[in-house]
Amino acid sequence: MEQLETGDRVECTYGGSRLNGTYITDRDGKAVIKLDSGYNIGVGRTTCRFLERPPPVKRPELSTVQDESLPSLSIISTGGTIASRIDYRTGAVTSQFDADDILRAIPGLSGIARYQTRQLYTILSENMTPAIWQELATAVHKEINNGATGVIVTHGTDTMSFSSAAVSFMVDTPVPVIFVGSQRSADRPSSDNTMNALCSATAAVSPLGEVAVVMHATTSDDRCAIHRATRVRKMHTSRRDAFQSIGIPPLGFVDYPSLNVDLSPEAVRRGSSEPAIRPSLDESCRLLYFYPGMPPSTLPGPGDVHGLVLAGTGLGHVSTGWIPHLKLLADEGTVIMMTSQCLNGRVCDRVYDTGRDLLKIGVIEGADTLPEVALVKMMWVLGNEKDPEKQRLLLSTSLKGECMGRSLHGL
Amino acid sequence: MDYEKIGLLAGIEIHQQLDTKEKLFCRCPTLLRKTEEHSGEYHRYLRATESEMGEIDDAAREEMKSERKFTYYTYDSTCLVENDEEPPAPLNQEALVLSLTIAKMFGMTPIEQVNTMRKLVIDGSNTSGFQRTALIAINGTLPNGGKIETLCLEEEAAQRVEGETFSLDRLGIPLVEITTSPCMHTPEEVREMAGYLGMVLRSTGKVKRGLGTIRQDVNISIKGGARIEVKGVQELDLVADVVKREAERQQNLIMIRDKLVSRRASVQPDPVDVTGLFAGTGSAILKKAKKILAVRLDGFSGLVGYEIQPGRRLGTEMSDYAKKCGVGGIFHTDELPAYGITTEEVNALHRSLGTTENDCIVLVAATPKQAQCAALQVVKRARLALDGVPEETRKMLPEGNTAYMRPLPGAARMYPETDVLPVIVGESVWDIIALPELLTARARRFSTELGLDDGMARQIAFSERLPLFERSVSEGINPTLAARTILGTLKEIQRDGADVSMIPDDRFIEVLHEVESGKAAKEAIPEILKMIAKGTGTQEAIKKCAPSVSREQLHAIITKIVDERAAFVKQKGNAALAPLMGVVMAEVRGSSDGKVVSELLRKEIERVCNS
Ligand SMILES: [Zn+2]
Repeated sequence: MEQLETGDRVECTYGGSRLNGTYITDRDGKAVIKLDSGYNIGVGRTTCRFLERPPPVKRPELSTVQDESLPSLSIISTGGTIASRIDYRTGAVTSQFDADDILRAIPGLSGIARYQTRQLYTILSENMTPAIWQELATAVHKEINNGATGVIVTHGTDTMSFSSAAVSFMVDTPVPVIFVGSQRSADRPSSDNTMNALCSATAAVSPLGEVAVVMHATTSDDRCAIHRATRVRKMHTSRRDAFQSIGIPPLGFVDYPSLNVDLSPEAVRRGSSEPAIRPSLDESCRLLYFYPGMPPSTLPGPGDVHGLVLAGTGLGHVSTGWIPHLKLLADEGTVIMMTSQCLNGRVCDRVYDTGRDLLKIGVIEGADTLPEVALVKMMWVLGNEKDPEKQRLLLSTSLKGECMGRSLHGL
Repeated sequence: MDYEKIGLLAGIEIHQQLDTKEKLFCRCPTLLRKTEEHSGEYHRYLRATESEMGEIDDAAREEMKSERKFTYYTYDSTCLVENDEEPPAPLNQEALVLSLTIAKMFGMTPIEQVNTMRKLVIDGSNTSGFQRTALIAINGTLPNGGKIETLCLEEEAAQRVEGETFSLDRLGIPLVEITTSPCMHTPEEVREMAGYLGMVLRSTGKVKRGLGTIRQDVNISIKGGARIEVKGVQELDLVADVVKREAERQQNLIMIRDKLVSRRASVQPDPVDVTGLFAGTGSAILKKAKKILAVRLDGFSGLVGYEIQPGRRLGTEMSDYAKKCGVGGIFHTDELPAYGITTEEVNALHRSLGTTENDCIVLVAATPKQAQCAALQVVKRARLALDGVPEETRKMLPEGNTAYMRPLPGAARMYPETDVLPVIVGESVWDIIALPELLTARARRFSTELGLDDGMARQIAFSERLPLFERSVSEGINPTLAARTILGTLKEIQRDGADVSMIPDDRFIEVLHEVESGKAAKEAIPEILKMIAKGTGTQEAIKKCAPSVSREQLHAIITKIVDERAAFVKQKGNAALAPLMGVVMAEVRGSSDGKVVSELLRKEIERVCNS
């Protein structure tokens, strides 16, 4: 029996018929064959006979023309796909990162800007690490320094808000740095990739001057929301409008298909800060989600970590039994910050006894900072500031809009 | 027409909705809703993805010609899967087993490992932009010796409400698609095989019934013609007509081609701007248009206006192509002067383009963008006329004509649905599938075993209410009474306005039991069922419209009536029976069985005559 390769022409004798098709792969002990009708079937490997190995298909190289009079945008890809191509011969879907390929897949982009692309990583967003955030921040900063009108970062959606918050803390930017992804794969005609890409390019040339996430605002293809990088969270596993600003309204919207941008007065404007980067991170930080009955042994030991963020209950609580253990940690120099599992609203440890006890041992109230953002902020603050008093001050201050002095109405 | 001589070849593709509890890839019910019950709506655009060949396939490109915004209606019986906002659930097992059952009935071979595919469909009817479909079995046989090539299990598309608005209730209902080889040679044979396929499907008792639940696509070609796929023939009775008219259309297109070739006809590829020529026109449509373009068809005169199907010309085919760009239609000089366009304008047009009466000119009038698109579509279709019959997907029009929909889809439109795992169909699954009795066999059994006459046996076997009949008989109801009531009475009272869907099977059978035990008369069945349909309880309905008359009471009534008319009875003898029947039945208002009345009446008449 010959070894078959993907793309080989084969003839399968099956059900009394001779079926011609293309060998795709072996799966679960069956040979998967793409019949000439387009259907895949799984059949016994022995029923298939090798016919020929066709020469590789030469794809016509259609180059795209970029309009030099348009503003320049840099696209940095980390693994989130905004364009893909399907090989209907084998059914394979490949992600596109090259500027030419992206422009061919989303022709509308060429009317907004000219593009340079850089493929930093090709990883699933759950495989991101703080080290990659640092590399990403460095790359973003370099593009800003090179004079980009804006930077677009394509990113898997799962941990996009971690990365956007990290870049937000590490980089001071005078231009928009836009994180974008898609909730439905780019190979499907209904994908949100095209609209998200067009809206993010539009936001990247807009008067905005901060790091933001641009994704669908509703389930319809009617507009994208521009979210502040430190206030955004993925709030649904699969919907297009999974990303939501928590505790504040979005910074603005990009309507579709008109691509009109509407920025709120709160949005930081282009040119408000000088480009700068401080990419240090102290990775010796943890985030713990407290639950009733959670044993104190779950806590790191005294001196084990530099920073600890707690996602506490309600106004910011853990059980009374935890207080002495936390005190040990604090006494050994671990910086502890309290956030709330409620996500909406602010931590207030002055109302109940447990809260007052927490404050007494030195736990910092995280105000309305989101738990994950608090973790990233903790890494950044401890990485860049060694003085404990200054650390506490930075952690209690809004650096990139991650916490606010006043809580707005409603959810 | 001699179909053998013209080399007619036809095949059928049948789409039948399955009556499963849940949809194919989500756990929503397979329930059709009224559009006014929709709970929300949203809007989407669909875009074809670039393929490896650097191309978007022809059919998809056609659908993308105009940027279209689709609106979708959601219901409390639909979920995020229909919205394309959640990955699909695993393939519905009930639907898989049912499709395997159907495959087995046709003697097909199942596929060992079923792989779900995405078939590109960007006309808006699928929110994802593709239809999920899986090849389940191959190689079945038909009674005419022909072959069934494939059986696929697919998800039903969303229903178009109007324009670009779709209703999501239907999206995802399981559907089997059965494709025959082009093994039929006459329109009647196509009709017969379509009927047979439908009968086998209905024999499972698990397919949806009613308009729109089964659709036939027919593939038709003749010698020298081309393969044409006619979509969505909903009524079986039209299948033969569609085949007849398509054969006729292809013959005419071949004839036109031969004429064009002998005339050395040609198509001028570049549309000419003639907007200025019509500056002072009296034609409302031309006056309104921002741009008027002319397409020059040299040597086409008379042929663009030639009828190729009743009421449809080659010009109509060009118009169908042009309409894809959003224009309302076209004008061609074969039909001018007309529509407010004068002879002078036609002459000026010919002068301006340097054409003669041997040539035909097609006009499109619209916005500049639409006009350009439409003119190029006309050029495209005119060129195809030089080759004869273009391969196309066409839609059926009333009376069996067809109109252009899109080019035939190529095979390059499928790729794997990676969100659905392949399913192994082992021998253990296949072997235990029991074959349902065919409806034709059931009809024979009803006539031989249950004593129904042949017509009624067939009617009840093919009826949507077959399950009710079988249950009634199994619960001891006389088969003829059950069949008559189902086929006759229910239909009659429905015609009178009763909502028979409101009569539960239990109640229906209860009424027949009461009739058989003499508590209600046969004649009262319609009235009783009408009341039940309105929500009245069975016993109450029986009491109200058919208070049972005891045999003694009935006897007394009859004696009285006969005595009152003693002279008449003596004079007429037995011939008095019929008129007196009417009098008695009016008196008891259907609450007595006619047979009992006539028996008693006969005795009374005898008594009076002999006295
Ligand atoms: Zn559903």
